[in-house]
Order: sequence, then C-alpha cells, then structure tokens
Amino acid sequence: MRLKRKDILTIEDLARDEIELILSTAQSFKEVSEREIKKVPTLRGRTIINLFYEASTRTRTSFEIAAKRMSADAINISASTSSVVKGETLKDTAKNLEAMNPDCIVLRHPSSGASEILARLVKCSVINAGDGSHEHPSQALLDLLTVRERFEKIEGLKIAIIGDISHSRVARSNIYGFIKLGAEVTVAGPPTMIPSGIEKTGCRVLYKIEDAIKDADVIMMLRIQLERQKAGLFPTVREYSRLFGLDSIKLANAKKDVVILHPGPINRGVEISSDVADGPYSLILGQVKNGVAVRMALFYLLLGGSRE
Amino acid sequence: MRQTRFTGKVDMSKKHIMDEKDMERALTRIAHEIIEKNNGVEDIVILGIPTRGVHIARRLREILNKIEDVNLPVGAVDATLYRDDIGMKHDQPVLKETDIPVPLDNKKVIIVDDVLFTGRTIRAAMNVIMDFGRPANIQFAVLIDRGHRELPIRPDYVGKNAPTSIQEKVKVRLKETDGVDDVTVEIE
Repeated sequence: MRLKRKDILTIEDLARDEIELILSTAQSFKEVSEREIKKVPTLRGRTIINLFYEASTRTRTSFEIAAKRMSADAINISASTSSVVKGETLKDTAKNLEAMNPDCIVLRHPSSGASEILARLVKCSVINAGDGSHEHPSQALLDLLTVRERFEKIEGLKIAIIGDISHSRVARSNIYGFIKLGAEVTVAGPPTMIPSGIEKTGCRVLYKIEDAIKDADVIMMLRIQLERQKAGLFPTVREYSRLFGLDSIKLANAKKDVVILHPGPINRGVEISSDVADGPYSLILGQVKNGVAVRMALFYLLLGGSRE
Repeated sequence: MRQTRFTGKVDMSKKHIMDEKDMERALTRIAHEIIEKNNGVEDIVILGIPTRGVHIARRLREILNKIEDVNLPVGAVDATLYRDDIGMKHDQPVLKETDIPVPLDNKKVIIVDDVLFTGRTIRAAMNVIMDFGRPANIQFAVLIDRGHRELPIRPDYVGKNAPTSIQEKVKVRLKETDGVDDVTVEIE
C-alpha cells in the first residue's frame, strides 16, 4: 500500500486505510527517536519549508525535528520576520518559495482553506499544520496514534472532546479521524461554542461535561482561547473553568482507565487543573513524543516514493 | 530417474532447491563455521534483516546456544531508511522493525538474511549498524547466494550457492512466516 497523494490537507478527505498506513508507519518511526544517533539518511537532499503565519512552539519544532531526523534540510519562516509584514500575499510568497525548489511546504495560517489554496499554487507537497478553525491533520494523527498505542485499537472507543468546538481545528480533525476509525465521538461545551450542524459529522452533542465524560475512554480537552471571552462567548474565565474545566472532582466520575489528551498549550487552572494535567491519566507529553513520529511518517510517505 | 507422483499438471517453472532437512543441515554447518572462524562465540551479536532474515537469525542463535551452551543476543536491523532507491521506486518501501538488543561497540556482529542478490540491502544494513556503534567486525551469513552482485560484497557464510538467471525469482519460505520450510527458484 502506498500513499497516493501530493498533499496532506485535511483528515476529512483521507480514507481509513490511508490513516492506518500513516499510523503504522509512524509507529515504526518512534524507534528512530530512541536511538543515540537520531538521524536516518532517508530524505537526504530534500528541502522542507516550514511557513508559519501564526505563533507555534510545539508544531513548528516538531515538524523541524522530524525533517532533520530524516536528513532533510528544514527552513523555518515565521510571518513576523518575513516579507508578510511588508504586505506580500500568500500567493506571491508561495511562488517565490517555489522558485527555490522545495520538496514540501508545511503551512500554518490563520485563514481556513489557506493550505488548499497553497497546494493548488505549488507543485511540491503541502502539509496543513493548522488553517484557521478548519483542520489540523497532523495533530489528529498524533492523537490517534497515542490512543491506539494505549488501547491497541480505536474501533468502539468512546471519545469526549470538550471545549470550544466552533473555533477548534484540532476538534474538527479529531472528529473526522476518530469516526473514520470506528470510534464514537461526543463533543461538549457551552452552546455558544458548539457549531450548528456539527452532528452531521456523526458525533453526538452534549452541553454538560459531566454527561460527556461519564462513559468516555478518552477525554480530549481543548485550549480555551482567552480572547473569546471578550467576544462574549462565555461570561467569565472562572465560570468557564467551573462548568467546563476538567479537575479531579469531575474526573472522579469517569472510567478508571480513562486517558486525557490536550493539544497544548494548556491554560492551567482554566480548561484543565494542574493535578489532572500532570496526573497519571494524562498522556499529554506522550502526544508530543508521537507528534515527531507522525510528522516523520508524513514526510516519508509524501517524499519517499516517486511521483509521476 | 526420480519418480514423481502424477498430479495432472507438471510445473516446469518451479524447481525446489532446499527442503526442511537441507535447511537444518545448512544452518548447523554455518553455526559450526561461525564458531570455528571466531574461536568460539564470545562477543557475538546476531542481527537478522526483516522479515525472513530475522527468523533465520533466531534459528541460528538456537543452534549456537545449544552447541556452545551460551545465550547469545539476537535482534533485527531494518535497512529501509538507508536504501539507495528512496524516491526512485513508485511505492514508498514499507518500514520494518529495528531492534538492537545490546550496544554494538567492539562486538562481532553477524548479519543474517535469507537471499543475497545485488548486495544493496546488506550495504544499507551495514550503514544502519555503524550508526548504532563501532563493532569489532561485521560478518554476513546468508541462506541462499543467488549471484548478480552490483556492489563489491561477499558473504562469510553461505547455506547454498544457487546460480540463477536474472529473470528467475528465489523464494524462501519458512515455517514461522509461511508454514513450511523450503526454497524454490521460479520463473516470473
């Protein structure tokens, strides 16, 4: 089986067997990061550009480390230090970067759909590292890998995704991913943060965190963007935390073998309490570890075969 | 004249070159050669190339353990990420397991594979091993040497030399993976 596509833009358009190929490839790549020499010559001479129009530590570092461990040359461009501040459009930036012959561009952009536009403009591979509130496929893939490692399957698991579903590309990618692999997904959050029509993806909608986590195998907490409070989506941070934050009291009613995920960065004491984030049910740092393996697998599968 | 049972169809495109007994004898002989060449089995680490090389490596280790009353380390070395044709083939080669059981510095590493053909896989496997440490030496044991080398590489231990034409395909089947022990040469 091979991955027959130029780009990784969304989980929505990946088939189940493509997701499974990426996960099993990523599983094999985990061992490379455990070696003393954490580098293999596989993508020697390939150039990967990380083009980030938004702040990011985890995702950008993870893509960069993944590229370097595969021996590709990784170049990082962040909007704040690039010609974007001089008003260059995405299209012009894309065309100029393409003139330097990269093999892959990893794009993080505040606008939904930006990576699809880029993918149509350039001949090289494009990986969406988060576009607006649309999708963040590599995050969902690392979440799937983390859950699959713990439970040795995804089929039949119950996943609860809690928080601002409307603005979360992580939620959207994970809903598609977990449903495609046969899990049951429940989303919960304040009504102002649940997009209308989200049930069409096949997930269940609840409005109380207690109801959502009661029978869940996996609880995925989303970062609450504090600026949303100013927009009036929730009255106060304190109230949000009390109603939708995960703490050890609410967790006491969850399953005994439940696991907790969070895409980071976490707001300690807001959507998740410190004792839960650092506690025995948390797989948060395991997610970060798996992120490197998933991104190595994506580079390998996109650049490791010939494209006619 | 060898008698064959009439099956209604004679498969001329397939010839058997090794059965279960032959395989056992070849591996026992290789085990003795390894002991002889290395004056015992001190510092020896056996690494198989996935998939079938790993099973042959395990069998070889069992024989060595029995003869010398030791417990030798055995592992797997996947050469996929070090191949010289990444990006040239249509499909991305499938990754397999690498498991280096002990530090390799100053060890005598014996790489084991089922078939030696162009020599490109063993070249890649040696590079993997050298990124893991600096062995005292690397030796190479193979069940079938079918010829057609494309690199200056020769095996130290050979189960059977099987001269083949380039169109032929050597198929090694093992109980662990295929339910039966045999080697055939087939025309594609």
